[in-house]
Amino acid sequence: MNRPHSLSARLFALFTIAMLTVAATPVLVPEVSQDRISIRGDFNGAQLLLFGAITYPPGTRNTDQADIVVVLKGPVKSIVVREKQQIAGIWINAASSEFRSAPGFYAVASSKPIDEIVDGKTADIYELGLHHLQLSPVGAIDNRELDRFVDGLVDLNSRGNLFKNLPNSVKITNSVLYQARINLPASVPVGDYTAETFLIIDGRVNAAEVKDITIEKIGMGRFITNLSQNNGFLYGLIAVFISVFLGWSAGYLFRKM
Amino acid sequence: MDIYLPIANLSVNAFVIILLGGLVGILSGMFGVGGGFLTTPLLIFYGIPPTVAAASASTQVTGSSISGVAAHMRRKGVDFRMGAILVAGGLVGTIIGTGLFQILQSWGQIDTVINVLYVLMLSSIGGLMFKESLQSVRALRAGKPLPARKRRHHPLVANLPFRWRFYRSGLYISPIAPFVLGLLTGILTMLLGVGGGFIMVPAMLYLLGMGAQVVVGTSLFQILFVTIASTMMHSMTTRAVDIVLASLLLVGSVTGAQLGAKFAQRMRPEYLRLALATMVLLVAIRMALGLGFQPDEIYTVQPL
Repeated sequence: MNRPHSLSARLFALFTIAMLTVAATPVLVPEVSQDRISIRGDFNGAQLLLFGAITYPPGTRNTDQADIVVVLKGPVKSIVVREKQQIAGIWINAASSEFRSAPGFYAVASSKPIDEIVDGKTADIYELGLHHLQLSPVGAIDNRELDRFVDGLVDLNSRGNLFKNLPNSVKITNSVLYQARINLPASVPVGDYTAETFLIIDGRVNAAEVKDITIEKIGMGRFITNLSQNNGFLYGLIAVFISVFLGWSAGYLFRKM
Repeated sequence: MDIYLPIANLSVNAFVIILLGGLVGILSGMFGVGGGFLTTPLLIFYGIPPTVAAASASTQVTGSSISGVAAHMRRKGVDFRMGAILVAGGLVGTIIGTGLFQILQSWGQIDTVINVLYVLMLSSIGGLMFKESLQSVRALRAGKPLPARKRRHHPLVANLPFRWRFYRSGLYISPIAPFVLGLLTGILTMLLGVGGGFIMVPAMLYLLGMGAQVVVGTSLFQILFVTIASTMMHSMTTRAVDIVLASLLLVGSVTGAQLGAKFAQRMRPEYLRLALATMVLLVAIRMALGLGFQPDEIYTVQPL
């Protein structure tokens, strides 16, 4: 990932494309530093660089009114959010709410705070911002209660670094080149990710592009996960064998000593 | 050194986990217990999901009990007939425990049940043990030995039908009693990741009235097989056994267990029991407070 030469070469190539492209409306040319992130045994998080160029049609001036929003979104799953309440002195899960499409990871980086770039309606349509996610709640529950659960989910995942709101973190250079860095925590879920880039001028989305990113376990971790999912019996036997072997050999060694 | 746990899906400091295993190992070697009752809560405090903690702790208990079983077998401290019945009960218990685990998980109550069971179990056993060991320590200090307890099984046990002879335990009782005892500890093993030794040992002594010379060995024998069964059941149902986590714990605990066993030989058993009882009570109090205080996380997320 740390290859400054290749990165600047790529940026230069993008810049050249930006200069040469002929189009009627501004076009985005996005790029990501890695389209595949591998989780190895020593994985302790990663940093993703999302960058690219805005190309303007010939004859129009580059505008410094242009804003960029980058959304990195992880695998969408059905989840249940449970809420603890104090009942008879102890805290237990008392209420719950199901969501059909909650992303396992969601980061939004923008050149200005989202609410200064677009109105609430546009933010809802493009899912820009932590409180504009389309989580598809299940069942008819009233809005106040739903908001409570959404707030709970957003708060929990924000503190776990799985949901991120990163205003003012997209740097735009000469109204043409942009870049944003997003840190992924060690607990980042594996799966298929999308990096969406939006070009927004005067509160309207002018261009949008999507890049796919895959986060996967490799090596031993992948083998262990697959085995545990596909052949629990064999996995269990191996776990028991390791346990018996380590226990027995420690006993043997200490008796010799 | 950070290491990524593939099943728990998070990265932990390997040395912390090995040290934690080592600490539990020393205690388990000293007191002759599996140590699962300490591993699971400590892992949860560290941030490991409770299900993964319980499942992986039971794998660890297998490893820390095996050398104990071997040692007791060498000096004929295992009643195999009694052990077989306890194991049979334990296997049925793990199957029941698996069902309970899944039901509780779908209700979202598994974590609360794990915590409440821990508090009830640790405070009652710890309290009994504390009282008993305090009496023996006082007697020791005063120089007057306590009157020897009459070895006798509980009237409930005596009334059960179909009596069998258990020669090494010196008993003539119905196998139903140890079967039920094994079954209950099997359920606890599956739910809590504990071997159940500290429940089984007092139950064997005071409910069944087994001879003290075979109690610890037979209990370890049952723990060995039931934790193996529990690892297998978890691997096939919850898929929450983290081999990397269990291995790290084991490296620490098997070494610690050997050291602990050496320490234990230099200490008076009365003081050892008092120390164990104090520790069990402290864990119970910490967990009880945890239930009553407002938790850090009001909301939890579970995939469907």
